[in-house]
Amino acid sequence: MKTRKVSGSEAVILSLLEEGVDTIFGYPGGAIMPIYDLLYDYQDKINHILTRHEQGAAHAAQGYARVTGRVGVCMVTSGPGATNLTTGLADAMLDSTPIICISGQVISGLLGTDAFQETDVMGFSMPITKWNIQITKAEDIPEMMARAFFIATTGRPGPVMIDITKDAQFAEFDFSYEKCRDVRSYVPRPKLNMNYVEKAAELINNAKKPLALVGQGVILSGAEKEMLAFIEKAEIPAAWTLLGNSAMPTDHPLNVGMLGMHGNYGPNIKTNESDLLIALGMRFDDRVTGNVKTYGTQAKVVHFEIDHSEVNKIVKADVAVIADIKETFEAILPLIKKNKHEEWLNQFKNAYQYEYEKVIQQDIYPEKEGLTMGEVIRIINEKMKGEAILVTDVGQHQMIANRYFKFNNSRSLVTSGGLGTMGFGLPAAFGAQTGQPDKTVVAVIGDGGFQMTVQELGTIWQNKAPVKIVLLNNNFLGMVRQWQQMFFDKRYSSTELTNPDFITIAKGFGITGTTVSRRDDLEGAIAEMFKHEGPYLLEVKVEKEDNVFPMVTAGASVSDIRLE
Amino acid sequence: MEEKEFTITAFSENSIGLLNRITIIFTRRGLNIESLTVSESAIHGIFKFTIVIRTNQILIEKVVKQIEKIVDVLRAYYLCQDEIIFQEIALYKVPTKALTQSTEIEGLVRKYNARILEVTSGYTVIEKTGHKDETQQLFDDMKKFGVLQFTRSGRVAITKATKERLSAYLEKLDTEKLRVRI
Repeated sequence: MKTRKVSGSEAVILSLLEEGVDTIFGYPGGAIMPIYDLLYDYQDKINHILTRHEQGAAHAAQGYARVTGRVGVCMVTSGPGATNLTTGLADAMLDSTPIICISGQVISGLLGTDAFQETDVMGFSMPITKWNIQITKAEDIPEMMARAFFIATTGRPGPVMIDITKDAQFAEFDFSYEKCRDVRSYVPRPKLNMNYVEKAAELINNAKKPLALVGQGVILSGAEKEMLAFIEKAEIPAAWTLLGNSAMPTDHPLNVGMLGMHGNYGPNIKTNESDLLIALGMRFDDRVTGNVKTYGTQAKVVHFEIDHSEVNKIVKADVAVIADIKETFEAILPLIKKNKHEEWLNQFKNAYQYEYEKVIQQDIYPEKEGLTMGEVIRIINEKMKGEAILVTDVGQHQMIANRYFKFNNSRSLVTSGGLGTMGFGLPAAFGAQTGQPDKTVVAVIGDGGFQMTVQELGTIWQNKAPVKIVLLNNNFLGMVRQWQQMFFDKRYSSTELTNPDFITIAKGFGITGTTVSRRDDLEGAIAEMFKHEGPYLLEVKVEKEDNVFPMVTAGASVSDIRLE
Repeated sequence: MEEKEFTITAFSENSIGLLNRITIIFTRRGLNIESLTVSESAIHGIFKFTIVIRTNQILIEKVVKQIEKIVDVLRAYYLCQDEIIFQEIALYKVPTKALTQSTEIEGLVRKYNARILEVTSGYTVIEKTGHKDETQQLFDDMKKFGVLQFTRSGRVAITKATKERLSAYLEKLDTEKLRVRI
């Protein structure tokens, strides 16, 4: 193996290059300066993107990872630089997003002394990372970097934090790199047990009313095609979790819509009529199950899952196959009998029709004066025809966008599911655009979340990222307001916003934009946005007090889903 | 669901901060650790955590799976009382005067199968290994002589199975290829 004497800083960069990294998001500062100094020499190989806040770097790395399937990398300084990553790490942990965060740290001799910009990075990042490591010796860098990439990307992916002391960045050693292929204590791909596959196949073959619950695991495993082959062969209606959205095309005849709190009517009520729930790379989040005590109690449960600790955590599985789901699909497909569930499928169609008349029609083709979020998404669909990437923030707009946005391709949705991070949307959209420069990235964001990370407009502009920002402005923290209306006697405590002139703000950042408040102008404005070459802000002033329905209220059963 | 005592044994690599990663799992669920012992296992470089917890069957299963999910943890098991042989060690410091003035303490040492570790003119240190109720009983019996210090260790436990579970697991990892190589 060839070796070369390099500094710890150069070793970090060489390791990144060995792992195929060409883009990192970050923010410099004292304790990471040696690495940044070296980045200057490697500009032709690694594009470092300066965000406007470390949180923005973390979310951008997430957006990048989610649309590309590659690791998102970010780099920050010690102390506040590192703590500002917290929300991104926690978000990536809950949503299984492979990101690697590298933070500088005070020199090893000062560790534990409350030195300037010292913080206990290992301590605070431990509960919100899949793995973390502090490096105090330069010679440990290649091995630990290799291990970080292996752990972040394999098994159930997740965030890894690497904290490197400044003296380790300066010290020189003989560099050589070997990719990590094994960590003794870590079983990223458990061996598939054929006995359970056979048992699962038997339950599936005998089910009269099977319902597939498609989670992000299908996307993370790259098993979209295998999943379709599976559900098509047995003709199983398939509903998706928020993060499972885009795993199958919206128009697929077996796609019966979204699960959970603001999901579709059919999948929710049919959960409690099904005789077999087939959970595919999903974890029965409480936003999916509603009250667990009344969730699918009549049904048997088959769970395909790579993470052993998710099985029986919330919902007890009758048969669980713990393995990479792509392998599971490949193993089970020959055992699955061709089947028809026409009558059962029709029930979903009828449920959809019912929901369409009660909710959807007035959402996407409103007759009232005020603009709705739903009609904005409908017009975007008419223009993009399912080819765009959707990035959302968190709240009402997130639910509406996920309900109505049309997808042809997988890895086309980026949203903060588990953590529900307001402020996620704008930086994540930038990261997504960076990862998929040739695709149209539509960032649908509310007026609340937009202002949490609005500074990233600067990053978007500096990098000329043509993100199409659709700001759905209702002058409220809409989802909280909806809950206040429904459960707190309309006591709108601290949810109304006095908003700035968003178009002027965008203009200040060099970004063109326009505001729409009349239906007649909407379609033209959306067309104009997509025609525009660079980044664009379209502010749509929507009805202030619209609510998102259907809704499984907190603690209610999925079968008690409300349509109004 | 009925609460009872479980002993968790977890085997891990010797990495900094791992104890913290493990205890976070208990903290998140509001579980109190009754006793905790960490030391190198029979296999060089692999450390063994023995954690005693009072909880129910459902929760212990979930918690152990979450411990096992930690990257640096090789394997974690939970065991019920009747599946293990376990001991704790307790040390008692009493004034030597109390020993010389009567034969009662000597009697207790014999009765409890304890032993005397050190005698100085001022104090005497007595050691007793056993279950917590036994070491506690001796403490209670000696209280009247003025115990100067009393300390008890965490639990050490071995399973009643003939072979240590971890070595069996490590063998299987290679022979049965529990892991798919990436």
